[in-house]
Parts: sequence; C-alpha cells; structure tokens
Amino acid sequence: MSAIWVEVDGVRVAAMSGQTVAGVLLGLGRTSWRSTRRDGRPRGVFCGIGVCFDCLVLVNGVPDVRACQRRVADGDVVRVQCGAELPGEC
Amino acid sequence: MSRVVVVGAGPAGLAAAWAAASVGASVLLVDSGVAVGGQYRRQSGLRAARTPVHPLIEWLPETSVWAVESMAGGHRVRLQTGAADSPGRTMSTVDTDALVIATGAYDRVLPFPGWDLPGVYTAGAAQALAKGQGVSVGRRVVVGGTGPFLLPVARSLVEVGAGVAEVLEANGIGGSWGWRRDPLGALGKVGELAGYGVMLARRRVPVRFGAAVVAAHGESRVEAVTVARLDAGWRVVAGSERVVEVDAVCLGFGFTAQLELAVSAGCRIEDGAVVVDPAQRTSVAGVFAAGEVTGIAGAGPAAAEGTVAGYAAAARVGRTVAVPRDAVRTVRAGRRFGRALAAAYPVRSGWRDWVSADTVVCRCEEVRMSDLCAAVAQGALGMRAVKLVSRAGLGLCQGRICGRIVGELTGTPFTQNRPIAVPVRLRDLAAVEDEEEN
Ligand SMILES: Cc1cc2nc3c(=O)[nH]c(=O)nc-3n(C[C@H](O)[C@H](O)[C@H](O)COP(=O)(O)OP(=O)(O)OC[C@H]3O[C@@H](n4cnc5c(N)ncnc54)[C@H](O)[C@@H]3O)c2cc1C
Ligand code: FES
Repeated sequence: MSAIWVEVDGVRVAAMSGQTVAGVLLGLGRTSWRSTRRDGRPRGVFCGIGVCFDCLVLVNGVPDVRACQRRVADGDVVRVQCGAELPGEC
Repeated sequence: MSRVVVVGAGPAGLAAAWAAASVGASVLLVDSGVAVGGQYRRQSGLRAARTPVHPLIEWLPETSVWAVESMAGGHRVRLQTGAADSPGRTMSTVDTDALVIATGAYDRVLPFPGWDLPGVYTAGAAQALAKGQGVSVGRRVVVGGTGPFLLPVARSLVEVGAGVAEVLEANGIGGSWGWRRDPLGALGKVGELAGYGVMLARRRVPVRFGAAVVAAHGESRVEAVTVARLDAGWRVVAGSERVVEVDAVCLGFGFTAQLELAVSAGCRIEDGAVVVDPAQRTSVAGVFAAGEVTGIAGAGPAAAEGTVAGYAAAARVGRTVAVPRDAVRTVRAGRRFGRALAAAYPVRSGWRDWVSADTVVCRCEEVRMSDLCAAVAQGALGMRAVKLVSRAGLGLCQGRICGRIVGELTGTPFTQNRPIAVPVRLRDLAAVEDEEEN
C-alpha cells in the first residue's frame, strides 16, 4: 500500500495507507497520547478493537476519535488529547 | 423487508451471509471494520482488503449498527457509514424480517494495581495490532490470564519480533488441560495447541501454570510487573511474588459477548450469552444470533453457527432450504467444547484480593475500589444506585470493560443495556431526527 504523510503533534511523519492512528503512533514508539479527565493520567491503547475508549486522540481538530479504529488518510493532523476536549480547544 | 441483514463480518457473520445467499436470499452484510474476517480471520490493514464477492451479497464496510428497533413485522436497523468517529458520516436505516446478529466478543480483563498504566493491553489488542498492523506492543512482554487463546497471542507477538518473557496461565495444570481428555479434542484444537507449545519451547518461553500478573509498576508506562503464584482459588501465595522487568503486559481472562444489539432487540440473554434454539433463532421472531454472542467456542463453531443462522434467516424470507446437517453437528460439538472450555478455564474469585483500595476499577471515570466501597457503605444497592453514586460504568465505554468487574466486586450484576450500541456524534443523531420529522 502506498506511503502517505500525516502530522503527529506538529511533526510530519510517513505512514502507510491502511495503518490505524494507533498503528502509526505505536510505530513511532509512543505508548500514550491522551490524559484522563480526572487525574490527568496517561493512556494509550488498551483493548485495540474499539471497545474501551482509552485510545482517544484528536484527528483534524475533532476530539474523541478512537486511534485503534481510525485509519490515517494523507494529510491527517493527529494531536494528543488533554482530558475532555471540545473541538478547537487546547 | 425481504433482505437478510447480517451484522458482523467475522467467521459467524460471513458464513451466515454466504449460506443465505447460496439459497437465493439477498443479503446486506455490515461491519464496522474495513475488511471482512472479524477478530479471528483479521486481515492485515496494510494489504488490499479481500471482500466477499457474491452477486446477492451487498457488503457495507466501515458501517456500524448503532440501534435496532422492533417495528411491525420486523426490525429497523440504524446504520452509520464512514471513517471511524468522524463527524458527518452517512446515516441510514434498513428494515428487515430476518436479522442475524453476529457481533462477536471482546477480551475480559481483571483489575490489579497499575492495570491502567500505558503498556497494559488486552491479549486481543496485542493480537489485533500484530495481525492487523504488523506492530508489536512491546519488546519484552508478559502474557497472562486464562484460556487457550493466550498461546496464539504469544505466537503473534513472537512473529512481530517481541520477546515474550513468560506466559502465565492462572489456572493450574490439572484443571486447565483437563479438557484435552474431553472427546472434543475432536475439534482439532489439541494439535493446534501442541504446535504453539512447541514454538514457545523452542524459543525458551516459559509457560507457567497457577500464576498471574498481580501488579504493574511504572511512572507513566509499565516498567515492571509483579508476578505471583496463585492457589486454586486464585489468591496470591504469600512470598511467591517476584518482579519482572517488561515494557508490556497482555491480559486475557476469556471473553465477554458483545450483546447490546441483541439486548436492544429484546432477545433473551442467559449467563452473558444470547439464548438460541437449534436453528439459531433467538427468543424474538425474525432475529437470529450466531458466533461468540451465543457462547465462546472459537472460530470453527462460530462459522458453523453462522451457516445454520444464514439458512434459517433465508427460510424466514421465503427461500427453500434443507437442514445443513454438517453445520448442525459442528454447532453441537462446539457447544460441548464451549462448556468444557468454560469448566477448564474458570475465573476464580480470588482475583478480588489483587485489588487494593486505590486500584482503579472503572477506567473511564477513574473510579477506585475505595470509591466503590464508599458507595456501597452509603447504601447504594443495585446496579443503577452503584453507578450513580460511584460513577462506575457511566463513562465512554459504558461499562463494557468494568461492568463485570464492578458487578462482582459489589455483588450487583450489571446488564448490557445500551440503547445506542456505538457512539454517535450528536450532530449526526440530530440529522437523523430532522430527517424523520420531515
Ligand atoms: C481481539 C480479538 C482477537 C482474537 N484473535 C483470535 C485468534 O487469533 N485465534 C482464535 O482462535 N480466536 C481469536 N479470538 C476469538 C474470536 O473472537 C473467535 O474465535 C471468532 O473470531 C468469533 O467469531 P464471530 O464471528 O463470533 O465474532 P468476531 O470475529 O468477533 O466478529 C464480530 C464482528 O462484528 C463486528 N461488529 C460488532 N458490533 C458491531 C456493530 N454494532 N456494528 C457493526 N459491526 C459490528 C465487529 O467489527 C467484528 O468484525 C479473538 C478475539 C478477540 C476479541
Ligand atoms: S484501544 Fe480500546 S477503543 Fe481503542
């Protein structure tokens, strides 16, 4: 599958179409990309199949996207999610 | 109305779609994933997806069913199509006389101090990431829990280059391998498991029985775990604890069926599974269920149930079908196998002792054991009260992960009543209502 470019926390990185956001982030050596609403604890993938909602991330400004379910598209802008975010905050 | 609608394109749903189409029924097959295969025959996301080609099957990938409602003579199925969790996905509805629910299951996990640290995964996550994305969750990994599924997970990890430090089966060797003496070794599983055993032995991966990960340590991610020996009731054997340095832990204590659609449709549920008759009919006319939603027995029996359900659904929409005898036989054997499996790999109550006062029990709302105890001490009785006072189960996962845990810790069974099965953005929900008013 073809190589594409995405932006992760401000850095341009190469990815493959068909990769999930979680696949890209784990491939970069990241294990967490969200902080919890109450205690600000770090979270990343837990269930890997869309059930637990631990892996939330912002994609193109939209919060609460499950990184393990969302496939990257060329030009996607991915950013860590801090607690409960509304679109356009942080 | 005369189209069979199959939800879930795992082994069960795929078989159902093929069976129904093979006798001339037209079929709509939907799955929230991009490819068919479900959890077991997961396709690599990095290769072009294979799709079912049959002129009578319409395949709708990236489509989640978020609600099922009963209506005169059948059911209305609400669909949402588009990239996961993106706003503005396409909303649609389809009405059917014959609905096959094949939504599968997800890993059951038990809590312990530190299980909310990044680097702790379900066994299924490790499997999904290895098979679907070609990535390993860690470099040095411990796999723990109970059941034969731990072995293929360890193999997948090895295949993507992880070092598997140990595999820990919480049940003792006597109980857990007892099912091999069951006539159902017939399902061909013994050879498969022996193969994993050989592979692990060759790589000198120790498989320990009667042991579990009972704590994970680290600041912002897992750096080490405490492994302990367990007695027959799964309580920690005092003095047996040792610390193992790892960067990932994968846990699986069996599976929980994905029941929300079956619950919405009003199907009878018993012991966490949809009740079906020998034709895979649920208690609700026009609704069939197949695969892990009816009980856990692996991919082979799931597919056989799908075949039976597909024929039964086709018969309901007026096709002439013969009884699929081979599939019925496999289903029956699968049921026996499932029972043997559940008996051989029980979850024993001693795990409750692994939980300390400040262990998080509900990951979404960050409810700790002490909060649960406080809720119960305040007199919260019953699921609703425990939820409202402690907030456990009210978060984004809607109790999918913590429901069974909180239920067992408080002695209040949690149900899987979630009228909206998957998250729908409010904007999209509003769009549906506008459309219906017009
Ligand atoms: C993560 C994971 C990995 C596994 N890996 C293995 C393995 O390697 N080997 C093994 O023997 N067993 C494995 N299992 C066990 C496995 O569940 C069964 O063996 C088999 O896949 C069950 O088939 P099924 O068709 O019942 O369900 P599944 O294969 O789980 O298929 C269910 C399908 O339904 C879809 N779905 C669910 N809800 C909705 C909805 N609301 N709308 C639309 N679609 C929906 C899902 O996307 C999924 O594709 C795994 C289980 C899990 C959870
Ligand atoms: S890891 Fe559980 S939803 Fe993504």
